Amino acid sequence: MRFLPLPPARPLDLPFLVLDWSLFIAQLFLGLAMACAAYRLIFGPRAQDRVLGLDTFYVNAMLLLLTYGIRIASAVYFEVALIIGMLGFVGTVALSKFIMRGEVIE
Amino acid sequence: MSRAFRRVLPYPLLSLSIFVMWLLLNQSVTPAALTFAAVLALGGGWVMTALGQESPRIRRPWTIVKLLGIVFVDIVHSNIAVARIILRPKSRRGAPGFMAVPLDMRDPYGLAVLAIVLTSTPGTIWTNFSSSSGMLLIHVLDLQDEQMWIDTIKNRYERRLMEIFE
Amino acid sequence: MIDIDLTFKDLPAWAAYVTALFVFLGSSLALIGSIGLLRLKSFYERVHAPTLGATLGTGFILVASMLCFSVLRGRLSVHEILIAVFLTTTTPVAMMLLVRAALYRDRVENNREVPESNKYKGVVSGQQNRPD
Repeated sequence: MRFLPLPPARPLDLPFLVLDWSLFIAQLFLGLAMACAAYRLIFGPRAQDRVLGLDTFYVNAMLLLLTYGIRIASAVYFEVALIIGMLGFVGTVALSKFIMRGEVIE
Repeated sequence: MSRAFRRVLPYPLLSLSIFVMWLLLNQSVTPAALTFAAVLALGGGWVMTALGQESPRIRRPWTIVKLLGIVFVDIVHSNIAVARIILRPKSRRGAPGFMAVPLDMRDPYGLAVLAIVLTSTPGTIWTNFSSSSGMLLIHVLDLQDEQMWIDTIKNRYERRLMEIFE
Repeated sequence: MIDIDLTFKDLPAWAAYVTALFVFLGSSLALIGSIGLLRLKSFYERVHAPTLGATLGTGFILVASMLCFSVLRGRLSVHEILIAVFLTTTTPVAMMLLVRAALYRDRVENNREVPESNKYKGVVSGQQNRPD
């Protein structure tokens, strides 16, 4: 179902440049965000800070993959992002459980 | 009719969401994908009966739409508020702190949705709920007036969720 | 599934601008949330910061992705909703467990910023089975 006709391909023009730069800046931001999360992951004073850092880290990594997917116009990265989200959730839950009791499986 | 329906589809909402999820993952509506989605949806419902959890009863679709809109607006508002606190810490008026909220809702599904709503609005985090005393403990980033938070939670979310689930 | 021939150079101008704006907003929110993770003082304050990226930040980027791929393919491409649904249901569970675990540890270690057990009787994590 085509609901919008595609325009003919153009030479380098303003919308393309804007989107390209926006994606580049977004990737830069998300990389910085991952660095912040990594700081908490490595230096976080207590164990719960590290887990929180890991949680933020994987959410940012997921977003980075999504922006990369837009950049190269490929839907493959969507699945990678979905799997990162799922595994990250399981990891955070297991680590929280570990912090609470000292063992994952009770 | 109703009993036969319950036997085939013990959890209609769950089956429907599995069906839609499978189609979205496949990105196709070919007969093969539809068949497999239907098989998964039925199987998922039957597997859930082993857990013996009651299927949620949902009423008032219009209230659901209204609640979704309210939650969306609140998420946007509190995103802006928390971003301001992070970027300019001096602009914060209150202090972070825990507070207790007495709840009247007892429906587990309603409470689960309330937990999702409270935690996805930045600035508040659902910490613990005691089902015996009905007290909910939340942590608030910018706590100025406890009564205001209690009123917000009870009037904006809890009342509507009780209408939907109870 | 794998669209090798697609490139976002084919996007019409309006879609390119909207995608650019949404991607920028989403990543800024994620960055602000992560900066909050660095700048805020205590753990219970820091817990609030990543929610920015996990809610509206992810939302913006997912809408940008949906828009971009729907226009590029010329058909609705909304499977990104799955990530949104999944993230909104899992983040609260993970955060709640983490805060509970932190509360439990702080209570065991008698830290000051944690609510007193006599003020919120029966509410604080780990209290249900422990008379004290």
